[in-house]
Amino acid sequence: MGHLAQAHSVTVRFGAVTAVDSADLAVDAGEVIGLLGANGAGKTTLLLSLLGLVRPSAGAALLFGGAPSTVSRRRVGYVPQTLGLYNDMTVEENWTFTCRAFKQRRPIPATIADAAGELVRDLPLGLQRRVAFAAAFSHDPELLVLDEPTSGVSPLSAARLWADIRAAANAGSGVLVTTHNMEEAEQCDHLVVMVEGKVVAHGDAEAVIGRRAVVEVRCADWRRAYQVLDAAGYVVQAKGTTLRVPAPRLEVERVLDDAIIEARVDVAPANLEEAFVAIVSGASPS
Amino acid sequence: MTWGLFSASVRFGGRAALDGLSLVAARSQVTVLIGGDGAGKSTALRALLGLVPLAGGDVSRPGKTEIGYVPAFGGIYPDLTVAENLAFSGRAFEIASHDLTDRSTQILERIGLDGVEHRLGGHLSGGMQRKLAVALALLHRPRLLVLDEPTTGIDPVSRAQLWRVISGEAASGTAVVVSTTYVNEAQRAHAVTLLDRGHAIVAGSPDEVIAAIPGAVGALRQSTQPSGPDPSWLRGRTWRIWAPDAHLPPEAQAIQPDFNDAVIVAELDHDVMRGR
Repeated sequence: MGHLAQAHSVTVRFGAVTAVDSADLAVDAGEVIGLLGANGAGKTTLLLSLLGLVRPSAGAALLFGGAPSTVSRRRVGYVPQTLGLYNDMTVEENWTFTCRAFKQRRPIPATIADAAGELVRDLPLGLQRRVAFAAAFSHDPELLVLDEPTSGVSPLSAARLWADIRAAANAGSGVLVTTHNMEEAEQCDHLVVMVEGKVVAHGDAEAVIGRRAVVEVRCADWRRAYQVLDAAGYVVQAKGTTLRVPAPRLEVERVLDDAIIEARVDVAPANLEEAFVAIVSGASPS
Repeated sequence: MTWGLFSASVRFGGRAALDGLSLVAARSQVTVLIGGDGAGKSTALRALLGLVPLAGGDVSRPGKTEIGYVPAFGGIYPDLTVAENLAFSGRAFEIASHDLTDRSTQILERIGLDGVEHRLGGHLSGGMQRKLAVALALLHRPRLLVLDEPTTGIDPVSRAQLWRVISGEAASGTAVVVSTTYVNEAQRAHAVTLLDRGHAIVAGSPDEVIAAIPGAVGALRQSTQPSGPDPSWLRGRTWRIWAPDAHLPPEAQAIQPDFNDAVIVAELDHDVMRGR
């Protein structure tokens, strides 16, 4: 079976600017793909090329095995970060409106039925997002495109939204999530990391992290250790009173020794966020 | 003198926006308020700053010139350049001009805004605008720094730069209070308070929050949500299940819960107590 969406060496140039540079990406049924990158990395442009809204300068963007078209775009469900709901209409009115647009008549789903009579703007953000999901999923799209689908909601609400997303994937849809929220990235099956238009890393979270590591520093006076390491130019991240330093162990030990700071120094695997920052900053895996 | 909120309540019309919240802003500590949209994070920070009146309880804070504040939206002058933003704020806080120049240069470099001094605030990207707002709030060396969702919507590189500055302020003795919707960020705190509809539903260090989980947490690798009375939620492809009475179903494997699990359990526990 072919891919639901596929970018094959897609390059997109706007005048002298190369927004996407020979990028490869594939989304298959049942899979949740996370597309990561800093602002301006080319995520949105790559996505627009898959939807046929931007034409590649080179390479091929395929939707359901062919050139993207109005007809194939109807098989895609899209939830922007701004949700695209009608805030002055009730949940039920939003639902009915979306169903009519796709020439359907369906009962309101159980996930949002309790709020059927409420105006969208009166709902908490987590519930608004569930309504937007339900609307985007209403025509059983084969490909779902979600932009930061759980940002801004409580952890429990985020977990409920992920249950909705995973249920759609289990039912056979492919899901493409664009995000720079590493909590969302960790929920995806496969990650694609873009830097300056290029795909620079891909695989599951473990593969993207690879052998990258940080040095953990624990000592009685975390403040002094922080100031000394910070002054030495390291981007130190404090996790409570434990310091995480993206640098070789010997270097960190030398800086602490020079300042006569007694500390426990351990090497720990990097988390996804630290790995992402290292990848984007161009550091090679140590 | 301890700064913070002590059993503070805030009412908007008939609605309790904050209900008996206590929150200590300790020197040299990062205190994080976590919760979803509408949990009461901004109200709590505004109550701490004296921007909304208390219906009950107490608040204690340093004088106005010793406080730095970044609101959830704005906090910069969009029609001024970055340099002008700093000069204007510096003058408002009566910082001597030679000190202001040094301080501005140093903060811009630390926060990753060097090189954009002559761009208009309103023309910066969202992430850069947040960084500028934090830079402005730091300029006068406040003793209490209050940041309302400084990292919402910004990319991980800018996030790391901002947290470097936030932790650095705490390391140099400032009391820092930060709100966020990101669980990962709460783990950077010395003290965390999870807010839900104006209530603190759990508080303590991240390790204490994990240790406070009642019952047991288990993992189940299956595609459909587990049936049965115990609440469950999804992490990647694995379901987590929480048994308040510590009796996990036989098919679940007991696990050591992490901070993310702990926060979800606290929310579930709170829902159960509210009878939902």
